[in-house]
This record gives sequence, C-alpha cells and structure tokens, in this order.
Amino acid sequence: MSSDIFVIAEHLKGHLDDVTFELLGKGRELAGATGGGLVAVLMGHDMKALANQMGQADKVVCSEHESLAEFNPEAYGKTLHEIVKSLGPKVVLIPNTSMGMDLAAGLSVDLDMPLVAYASDIIVDGEKLTVTSQLYGGKMNVESVLEGDNCIVSVIAGSFSAEAGKGDGTPQVDDVAVPESVGDNRVRFQHLIEPEGGDVDITQQDILVSVGRGIQNEDNIPIVQELADALGGALSSSRPIVDNKWLPKTRQVGKSGVKVKPKLYFTVGISGAPEHIEGMKDAELIIAINTDPKAPIFDYAHYGTTEDLFDIVPALTEKLKG
Amino acid sequence: MNILVPIKQVPDLVEELEVDDSGKDLDREWLKYKINEFDDHALEEALLLKEETGGQVTALALESEGIDKILFTAAAKGADKLIKITGDFGPGTASHTAAKALANVIKGLEVDLILTGVQAADDRDGQIAVLLAHYLGLPHVSVVTGLKVEGSKATVHKEYSGGVMGKFEVDLPAVLGIQAARETPRYAPVSRVRQAMRSTTLDESVAGDVSVSVGSTVQRMSKPDTGEGAQMLAGSADEIVDKIVSIIREKGIKT
Repeated sequence: MSSDIFVIAEHLKGHLDDVTFELLGKGRELAGATGGGLVAVLMGHDMKALANQMGQADKVVCSEHESLAEFNPEAYGKTLHEIVKSLGPKVVLIPNTSMGMDLAAGLSVDLDMPLVAYASDIIVDGEKLTVTSQLYGGKMNVESVLEGDNCIVSVIAGSFSAEAGKGDGTPQVDDVAVPESVGDNRVRFQHLIEPEGGDVDITQQDILVSVGRGIQNEDNIPIVQELADALGGALSSSRPIVDNKWLPKTRQVGKSGVKVKPKLYFTVGISGAPEHIEGMKDAELIIAINTDPKAPIFDYAHYGTTEDLFDIVPALTEKLKG
Repeated sequence: MNILVPIKQVPDLVEELEVDDSGKDLDREWLKYKINEFDDHALEEALLLKEETGGQVTALALESEGIDKILFTAAAKGADKLIKITGDFGPGTASHTAAKALANVIKGLEVDLILTGVQAADDRDGQIAVLLAHYLGLPHVSVVTGLKVEGSKATVHKEYSGGVMGKFEVDLPAVLGIQAARETPRYAPVSRVRQAMRSTTLDESVAGDVSVSVGSTVQRMSKPDTGEGAQMLAGSADEIVDKIVSIIREKGIKT
C-alpha cells in the first residue's frame, strides 16, 4: 500500500478530456497532503503523446494494446484492475463520466475498495479523507468519511480547475503489461457515431436560450425559439427535452451533451441538475426562469425569476422585437 | 427472452428537501417518492424489446414502504412478473447492499438481459448497474441510449460527451445502464394500476446475505452553499420583463 494518488486519464479521439487535468490538479493537492506521488493511469494504444501532456503527474503508468485503442468497459476494467491491484494506490480518482461510470463501481466490487461517487470536493486531513458528493439532483451535499486504507472517488467533471492540472515538463512514463485476456471480451467496441452535422453548433453561439422540462410539452417549444430569434441567438436544452425528441441531440448542454460558454445563457424551465450545470456554469451571464425558488439553477445564475415562464417569455420576446 | 428490470424509488426532487435532526439524512417524514426516472426508461426499453422480439419482462425491487405500488405500476405498463426482494432495507440503503441483494436473487433466475437506470439521485456509493454486473460476473455498458437485440447479442449505443456515441456489441446475458429509452416512458392510468393489483402476483424473494462493505459513512448532509446566488428579480411580470431587457442591454449583449 502506497500513499499515491492515481488519476485515471480519459481520452476520446486522441484528446485528453479536460476532466483529466481537473483531477490531476486536485490530485496534486491530495498527494501533497498524503505525502505520496501523483500517478496518471493511461490506457490506450499509441498514446505516448498524451502521456507527455500530463506534466503535472510525477509518473504516467501506461498500458497499451490495440484492444485499448478505444474505450471498452470490459478491457479497460480488467486492465485497471491489474494496475490498481499491483501498485496499491491510496486514492483512485475516476471521472464520474460515461467512461468512468463503467470503471469505478466494478473496481470497487472486484478489489473490495470503498467508492464514493458524484464527488465535488475531497479533503485530506491527516489520515482522514472526507468526500463531498452532490446528490438529489444537486439539491444536497453529502459528506462521507472513508474507512480503511484506500478508496475510489468518482468526481463530477467541472469540479476543479483544469489549469491547475496542466504542468510543464515531461513525466516519467512506465509501461505496464496488459492482462493476457485484454483482447478477449464479451463487450466489443465497433465504432464511434458522430452527431449529425448540419445543425447549429451551440458551442459557437454568443447567445443561447436553453429550455428544460418546465416548457411542459413540444407545442410550447416555438415560444422559446421565438425568444432565441429575438435575441439573435440559438436554442439549446437540457437532457429531458432531447430524450423526448423535441430538439435534436446537437442542442443538448451538459454531461452527455456539450459544454458551452456563451456571453448570455438564458434558461427557461431548467432546474439545474449537476449534469446540466457541468455544461454551462462558465457562461458570462446567466439568467434563469424557474418556478421553483429552490432550484439549483439559481445558485449559478446571476439573475433569476420564479414568475411563470409563459407570462415572461412571450412578453420578453415582444419587448425585444419592439 | 427474459428481461429483468431492477427498479427503485427515489425522493421526488420537485419537492422541497430538508435535512433531518441527525444532520446526516433527509427528513423523510413528508417526502414523496417516485420511481427513479432512469429506471422508468429502463422499463420502457424492456417493454419495447418485448414488443419487438417477444419474451418476458420481470420488474424487481427491494422491499420498502410504497414499493408495491411502484411494482404494480410496472405491471400496469406491461411487466409480466413482479418480484419484491425482502430484507431489512431502510431508506437510503447503500448501492452496494442493494446490488448485492439483487445479485443474490437474480442468480437463481433465468436471465438474458438486465436493464436498469444508469444512475439514481441518491446512489452515493456508486451506480447499481455496474455494481450488479460485477457481483454477477456479467458484462456491462453504462449510459446506453440505443439498443437492439439479435440472438444472443445486443448492439448498444453508449453516450459520451459532445453528442458522440460509441457503438458496442455485447454478449448476453449482460447488464445495461439505461440513460434514455427510445420512446418516452409510457404512462399507466390509476385504473390500470388498480387492475394490475388485482390480477398480478407480487412474488417475494428473500435477499439472503447482503453483508458487503460500503467502506464509508455519511458525516453530514447539507443544502449546497448557495454562495452569491442569483439576484432575484422582483415585481410584476411586466416589471420583470423590463428588468431583463435592461440587464441584457446594459451588458451590451443586445441593443
């Protein structure tokens, strides 16, 4: 058992995700507190260039095989299992993302390591590790105290600064062997599916009007589209709207959608689940309309109102046009 | 094809949540519960599969107050069998414990596919789908939005960020964490739920040994520090509209 902090690097299409740097930044701070090293774990194929981008880490443990070229829950799971088992880190930081979700819980069961998910903060105080999780749709913070010598923490993307995780210098890169069965999987990656082109790229818009569940039904979508038009912006949305197929996937902001940083992000009927907040909290100006005064969106918005959106939005559109 | 759908109830997040006197849990006295929305999507996907390829859909849940109605609602929507897993499962049962209980019962069942919600609002110690898969030794894929089954294989779409998806082939049996069904989850009117209560048997199955180590304890629960928070705009609807217009103009966003 070491005092090391492990960060599981996440990459897609040859790029490290921001969340990797966020975890490296936090990991650096934790390693300072535990007195251990900061180790990035990189699983992939022909990934040395990515390893060298992680200068903040003391060391990059690199597991390469053609079966790891693309994420695979099973191949990545068993590779990570071997690495963690043999190197015995104190804390394993995994992004609470689509990929990370397929790794963290499995590692917890297979190695009997405690797991705390949805983490937004981690504090080390001597031997004591406390993790804050955002639960109940972001409406409650829950602090967990870890027992035992080691643990896994899956961290919500956007919780820490990515800048703090970017370091110059070239880390030491250690190649580790992959498990023998790495290519023999019951889950097999086939290919990536890119979002359909041709639609508005909401990441490039200065003004977004973003619509959520509060709009109630598809027939009401034009009300918010008209506001977006009047503002000279585009329409985006939270996940339920896309799940209902009221807007295309390309318009979804948040964890499984895109991250946006417009000059104005105007939310209509969005409560602000952590998965959504992740994608929009860096907008320059956030104005929120939601009837629930306790909605988490108001913690992030600059201005807000609990008036009925159907009273505000059409009147606002008229006013802006006039 | 035998499709199992583990479902659970979670507090209705539309309601106001408060912390209880212990400072470590929700004040549950007046809480309203509903099916975890992702489990509802998993159930919908299971019912769509059944309609396409035939088979049997079994909804399972851990014993807890109000769960019978949630199970009967699943039956009203089209689930063929209901299993209530009995044991000491208080509110806020850990995901590890729940997954172990499900695994114990599922081990004794014929199963081709397990569909459950990708996450729930209260799964502090991890998501049930992947925990369950590892207790059962089955393959898994999380954040699934598209699903096709042919013979003993499923083809699934796993969502990443930016609208990109990975397409995977999975050998069955497998556990899939469903993000969204292909269709909006169907609605069961109260009359049909009542009918299901009369016509569907609620089987009970004992959870058995669920002693797994969660390895962490809750020290404190609190409402998030709202920090600055939003400046709330006061006044009539007209006044609020005027204020919004002037804020937008002041920031030079729209003239």
